[in-house]
Amino acid sequence: MHRRLARPVGKAKAMRERDLQHLIAGVRDGRVSRRAFVQRMLALGLTAPMAGMMLAQEGIAQTADLRAAYKPAKAGGGGPLKLLFWQAPTLINPHFAVGTKDQEGSRIFYEPLAAWDGEGNLVPILAAAIPSRENGGVAADGRSVTWRLKPGVKWHDGQPFGADDVVFNWEYAANPATAATTAGSYKDIKVEKIDDLTVRVVFREPTPFWADAYVSTVGMIIPRHLFKDYVGEKSRDAPANLAPVGTGAYRFAEFRPGDIIRGVRNPDYHVPNRPYFDTIEMKGGGDAVSAARAVLQTGEYDYAWNMQVEDEILKRLEAEGKGRIEMYYGGNVEFIQLNATDPWTEVDGERASIKTQHPAFSDPAVRKAMNLLVNRAAVQQFIYGRTGRATANILNGPDRFRSPNTRFSFDADAAAQILEEAGWKKGGDGIRAKDGKRLKFVYQTSINAPRQKTQAIIKQAAQKAGIEMELKSIPGSVFFSSDVANPDTYPHFYADMQMYTWNMTQADPGVFMLQYVSWEVATKENKWQGRNVSRIRNAEADACYRAAQGELDLVKRAAQFIRMNDIVVAENVLPLLHRAQVSAVAGKLRTVQGGWDNSLAFLAEWYRET
Amino acid sequence: MAGSTLASPSAEAGAPAAAPAATGRDTWRRFRRHRLAVASSVLLGVMVLGVLVGGLVWPVAIDEIDFSAMLQGPSPQHPFGTDDLGQDLLARMIYGGRISLAVGFAAMLISTLVGVAVGALAGMSRGFLDSALMWLTDLFLSLPQLPLLLLVIYLFRDRLKEVFGVEGGVFVMIVAVIGGLRWMPVARLVRAQFLSLREKEFVEAARAQGAGPLHQVTRHILPNAIGPVIVAATIEVSAAIIAESTLSFLGLGFPPDIPTWGRLLFDAKDHLDVAPHWALFPGAAIFLTVLSINFIGDGLRDALDPRRVL
Repeated sequence: MHRRLARPVGKAKAMRERDLQHLIAGVRDGRVSRRAFVQRMLALGLTAPMAGMMLAQEGIAQTADLRAAYKPAKAGGGGPLKLLFWQAPTLINPHFAVGTKDQEGSRIFYEPLAAWDGEGNLVPILAAAIPSRENGGVAADGRSVTWRLKPGVKWHDGQPFGADDVVFNWEYAANPATAATTAGSYKDIKVEKIDDLTVRVVFREPTPFWADAYVSTVGMIIPRHLFKDYVGEKSRDAPANLAPVGTGAYRFAEFRPGDIIRGVRNPDYHVPNRPYFDTIEMKGGGDAVSAARAVLQTGEYDYAWNMQVEDEILKRLEAEGKGRIEMYYGGNVEFIQLNATDPWTEVDGERASIKTQHPAFSDPAVRKAMNLLVNRAAVQQFIYGRTGRATANILNGPDRFRSPNTRFSFDADAAAQILEEAGWKKGGDGIRAKDGKRLKFVYQTSINAPRQKTQAIIKQAAQKAGIEMELKSIPGSVFFSSDVANPDTYPHFYADMQMYTWNMTQADPGVFMLQYVSWEVATKENKWQGRNVSRIRNAEADACYRAAQGELDLVKRAAQFIRMNDIVVAENVLPLLHRAQVSAVAGKLRTVQGGWDNSLAFLAEWYRET
Repeated sequence: MAGSTLASPSAEAGAPAAAPAATGRDTWRRFRRHRLAVASSVLLGVMVLGVLVGGLVWPVAIDEIDFSAMLQGPSPQHPFGTDDLGQDLLARMIYGGRISLAVGFAAMLISTLVGVAVGALAGMSRGFLDSALMWLTDLFLSLPQLPLLLLVIYLFRDRLKEVFGVEGGVFVMIVAVIGGLRWMPVARLVRAQFLSLREKEFVEAARAQGAGPLHQVTRHILPNAIGPVIVAATIEVSAAIIAESTLSFLGLGFPPDIPTWGRLLFDAKDHLDVAPHWALFPGAAIFLTVLSINFIGDGLRDALDPRRVL
């Protein structure tokens, strides 16, 4: 029985540079809408932020419709806004944020220079405008970018915000002794103060993607006057780590780590008529399903974040009529990694060492068969529903498949045949083996109902093809921790296969695709901090990445990343689903969210309809 | 010796049966009078039989995924309904019941045996050994169980897996951990009973007649102390079944695709509103098992109590 499930084929063909220039010109003089341009670029395989940047670089002004949707005529008067985060923030200094939850908690009080909207456009927050070639912000040689700051912005304690604060954040985060989690975005740049409201970011190399430092999740700016004595080793002692003073729409009132954050309206907020709510509360704890219930069923809360719940349940809760589910696609992808190394042999005190090769997955036939055994369509249809889209690409954008060259299908019989032809014969126990190596895999993931169901579906298909599979589920707090001593974390990858979501908030593929370059392999030597967890090492992928990083032409650069995508999905990576950021929102609450930034990136624009 | 026999006739009158412990027939006669205990025995027997041979009567695969039959209520094809992957719940309950019941009984056996041994030893010995054993008990009571569990699991999981296989290894580990961490209440209970019983006249009488410590314990003290122990042991069974599901929940127990009753309940909780059958069947199974074991324990205590005259 052949059950082939064809994927929609991207209709994009390679677009010539000339056509692209023509298109950009069209946007400039209004013949082509901004949205249409972004859509075309998505079809080409670019990410939305990249497309937005192409326009920005050409000096095409950003649309301001994001703020136009705001209805209230004055600030305040909206009563309390109650947010439910089932993973509670534990720290609210953005430079120490360990996970998205900490970034979201910090985002209530702190702001970056610019944020990404849902279509991947940069929106100025603390900047006066987005730098571009036309306004002289982006240097033609790609080596520097100049930010002009919004005048008249005040910290919550009344001090003025200015260039000194911006420069300070670079000094603070780039100092290795500070141990900032944002260090990666700041360590290779230099920041100069031009005047009180202008700073210049200087890069060592020509840098096509300049919107990293000071932008979005890593860009939140902390006040110099409160942190200047706490740079380096003393960074964790700053009182303001637990009592933030920012520029955001809400002022700090209370913080109990792992439990609750409270804030009150900032009357001096730098955007007129905002914010709408008088107080804000971010409550932590519980699990995703009970959080969804608290918004959609009982109506105790206005907003619940990150609904990692089967769509069936969400639909049932939505039917109660108290609220709705909002979904925003960014670049997050749920995927399965096939270990390129042998996780069961210890070499120099480390398993899954790159000195070894996986006994089965080193055979391309086994990888190919595994790919055919993943029933992506069923996983999407019966588990993730609206909250994910089956994909054959690792590099996904907001709306469609990026690379037009990849396909997926589910075909257990074909998989069995491939294995048979490659010499993996069924033994007496029904499990295939070759040269004494049995096809028995340990398949691990975090504890999360949708993931356990996906495991069950894949295990069953594998069994039919003669592959034995042992399922393992690890608490999320362990699996996603960076504990060097714990063998169950995902970077250790002491299993044959593992599944999780790789987030792509704010990043362009430059950071995202680092997970497939050979010099980023997670090893004991780098304390498993390397981003390449699947331990894939492919010279061609490396070459693509290097070429892309030095390429100032954004179209050529995108083509390199598409090729890299095609290479890695043919190797040890099985993309599963392009996943949305999903939240539960009370009926009358109007939010502004997008898939490319924190959920609370535009918190000041939220209001409740009366 | 004749004089001493005559000297205390009243002591003999206090224990009318020839032996302090009831005979097998007496026990059965007394047990039978406890209607609930008898009914519970039948129920438990049916359940044990069901999970043991049920697989032969109902040979449906536990992991057969059928997307066209998701979250169905009980029907002729699926007497207990299906879960959210369309897997047959009856088959899963039969399979999981074997594990849950085995874990429960094995862990109960270990904790009771260890507890009785430690308690008896402490209760009979005066002085240092008693204190030392109670220190040990206190030590175990004060151990933080969860970190200890994590440690044990990281240290031994892979090794046990190699020796006993995936399920076997986890089974041995869980039984050892649950049993090994739950003997303390039993030990204290037994010691307290022993401390009071060993000063009783009938034990003194036995001692006066030259009975050694072992004889005193097995023939006189333990049979009188057995009631509370049995009750405690029955509670241990339910605690072990529940502890197993807690561990599965934390990802430390059996692999997620092995449907122990606790795991079934855990999986079902998000779908309670539309598929209550999914939670009701394993929930009822756990409930009935625990209840029937408690009633049986009740009946056994009555039946084994030598002071009770029926």
